[in-house]
Amino acid sequence: MIKSRIQSIGLPRIIIFAFLLALCFTALVLGIPMDQLFSSTLVRVGMNGILVLAMVPAIVSGIGPNFGLPLGIICGLLGVLVTIDLDMRGFTALFTAMIISIPPAAIVGSGYGWLLNRIKGSEMMIATYIGFSSVAVMNIGWILLPFSSPETTWPIGRGLRLTISLEGRIASLLNNFWRIPFGNNQFIPTGMLLFFLFACFLMWLFLRSKAGVNMYTAGVNPRFAVSSGINVDRQRLIGTIMSTVLGAIGIIVYSQSYTFLQLYLAPMYMAFPSVAAILIGGASTKKASISNVIIGVFLFQALLVVALPVANEIMQEGNLAEITRIIVSNGIILYALTQARKGD
Amino acid sequence: MQKITKDYSGVVVLKDIDLELKEGEIHALLGENGAGKSTLMNILFGMSVIHDTGGFQGEILFEEEEANITSPLDAMGLGIGMVHQEFMLIPGFSITENIKLNREITRSNLVSKVFGKQMETLDFDQMNSDARQALDTLNIGIDEYVKVAGLPVGYMQFVEIAREIDKKNIKILVFDEPTAVLAESEAQSLLDAVQILAEKGIAILFISHRLDEVMQIADRITILKDGRLVDTVSKEDTSTVEIAEKMVGRKIERMVREVRDLSAEPTILSLKNLRVEMPGETVLGVNLDIHKGEIFGIGGLGGQGKIGIANGLMGLYPTRGEVLVNGEPLKLNDSCASLNNGFAFVSEDRRGIGLLLDASIEINIATTAISAFDKFIKRFAFITQIDHRGIRQHARQMISELDIRCQGPTQHTRRLSGGNQQKVCIARALTLEPEIILVSEPTRGIDVGAKRIVLDTLIKLNKEKGMTVIITSSELAELRSVCDRIAIVDRGVVAGIVPPDASDAEFGLLMAGGKKEVDKRD
Repeated sequence: MIKSRIQSIGLPRIIIFAFLLALCFTALVLGIPMDQLFSSTLVRVGMNGILVLAMVPAIVSGIGPNFGLPLGIICGLLGVLVTIDLDMRGFTALFTAMIISIPPAAIVGSGYGWLLNRIKGSEMMIATYIGFSSVAVMNIGWILLPFSSPETTWPIGRGLRLTISLEGRIASLLNNFWRIPFGNNQFIPTGMLLFFLFACFLMWLFLRSKAGVNMYTAGVNPRFAVSSGINVDRQRLIGTIMSTVLGAIGIIVYSQSYTFLQLYLAPMYMAFPSVAAILIGGASTKKASISNVIIGVFLFQALLVVALPVANEIMQEGNLAEITRIIVSNGIILYALTQARKGD
Repeated sequence: MQKITKDYSGVVVLKDIDLELKEGEIHALLGENGAGKSTLMNILFGMSVIHDTGGFQGEILFEEEEANITSPLDAMGLGIGMVHQEFMLIPGFSITENIKLNREITRSNLVSKVFGKQMETLDFDQMNSDARQALDTLNIGIDEYVKVAGLPVGYMQFVEIAREIDKKNIKILVFDEPTAVLAESEAQSLLDAVQILAEKGIAILFISHRLDEVMQIADRITILKDGRLVDTVSKEDTSTVEIAEKMVGRKIERMVREVRDLSAEPTILSLKNLRVEMPGETVLGVNLDIHKGEIFGIGGLGGQGKIGIANGLMGLYPTRGEVLVNGEPLKLNDSCASLNNGFAFVSEDRRGIGLLLDASIEINIATTAISAFDKFIKRFAFITQIDHRGIRQHARQMISELDIRCQGPTQHTRRLSGGNQQKVCIARALTLEPEIILVSEPTRGIDVGAKRIVLDTLIKLNKEKGMTVIITSSELAELRSVCDRIAIVDRGVVAGIVPPDASDAEFGLLMAGGKKEVDKRD
């Protein structure tokens, strides 16, 4: 009875949850303000949620976790840059950025999907390097693209800046929408969480539609799908495009909360935390659901948020903070990847 | 070999088999797929599958002495060699290197004097001349220094044989279906080579299910069936017909009383020169006319192409030729077209193609209908949603109709027994409301009781709904108990179409390619 219950939740999730509880307890003992931890966990869940959600269509359609997420992220960044160049502000700018980023994401995604259909069986490794190389190519792009707004370009010479402030443009728009203050100057980012949950709801609807069933079938058993008259390659292509588009929208939501746009090398490793989050949430490389996304992103981000101040309290050697952050986040990613289940 | 009995965890696969082999004799071992030929050979070679599963009973006598063969190495030491069905050759090596692999002739040199035998120089001249001699024995004119990669399959087979006869102490040579992959002329030269070897005093054990070859070269013939010894006869005392009869003969219990003659019914499906490139089951030009409302059987030995026909019709493997459904041409290589033309398919690869193992029974039953025919779909403006209630209801109905034993419609199919999994596959096919249902190997790997239910279901569907049923099966007895007509496929073509009450001999001859020879003699 207990064993089957553990199996249905999954041992890795129980271990991580127990670890999280232990950390929270330590934080409480060390006197770290809990309200602050709570609110920054929620903020980070909202920031990363859609990027994690982007993994769902990729996994369901059978290409596995989308390590090529930087492709979509680059398209999202482009969208925001265009709205700044057009001198747009507020929600108009936010939604325009999303709409502008969708067509390039769809085009790039279909090319990426076409490639993935030719290398069936080794998608993960190749996708990772597609992500890396696209970042490298865009390093040239960021310099050559004809953006002219003084907010985005270097004052001298040509090209876009490394980080671009979104203050007064789209910064914190969703975070502050219907925000609920609590504790000591903390608040719940209601708008951003609602946006994330709304995206999850749309995905849930999609998975229950005919198109969703076809995609699921193509993903879990391609040969079964063929005998049911489903074009497997087409389903994989659709899954890749959806994942790339969600990556674009995801980075826009992320950036408005971060209040900066990060160009050049920043998108390079953005896929890994998202992959790790959905795997921790209980997804396998072949099966994923909305609940995996929500549980996973919460566990992953909460762990990251709580672990840092605790570690800093314990080791007060000054500049260990950044190192601890890297160790903890990569540690979780590593653990998630070792727990990745192939099928069932 | 005396009184050999072998069981795999309680299932007896060989029972009291006696087999005697004389010097210089060609002894043929005949039997259908699954008759126990391979198991017997595994015992002779001391393969680990035998010893890992509890060994065997009975004894093996070699030159009048009891031989205790516990590993392939023992067998080799006694001088028993084997020519494998799949080639065990290294493509990047030359013929000589393959022949001499791990038995290289070496000369000592300076380094080897220090570091030991592993470092000795290979004596290629000696090795080449040995290889040449072995090849000459077989009358093969290929050069010994040619690389194996790129050789025609016929030659690869000869290299295998050359390797065995190069072992100086070889006394028994086993050929495991050596002609299965060869063209006719290649097969002939192989048979000639086998006879040359026998003349040199090597005892040959020739496993085959091709009657014509066996009758051509064998001195004596042992026939196995369902793990039992049927008979050992010498060639002079028997005929192709008798052997064929012994090979397939089995008591047939008809599940359907009458054999119907439906030739007056309109032709529902017509295959013209159908060619399917399915690996291992290639179809090389099948012509068939199937009448409406018929239960049509497709039988034959494994690997002859019977499985390919249904898979080709469903568009799962590259297919050429012409298929007419109700007189209309069917678009080939398009599974959508096949589904839309009223085909439904129950695959022979149940766990691979037939099921989504980690999905519920209800999803398994409904998925194809959702994808192909928009069943169980509700529309809201431009959004579609699955009708979960409809699926549940339909699944419940199917579960009770087909008597699927399960915990309920949401149970995953992985944990169902083989018989119940097969019923889920049939339920999925029925959900498509097909005109023609193609069923491949419907009873493979399921127990006797479930077999009956599956076959009963097919008969019922045929009777009540007038569905045309095409069953492909390796089990001839099963086809003969339910079908109206049976086509036997041999070497990729239809060898003949016979009624289910035809004689054992007739089936045997069609399956094992002896028909032509008998006709010739008549």
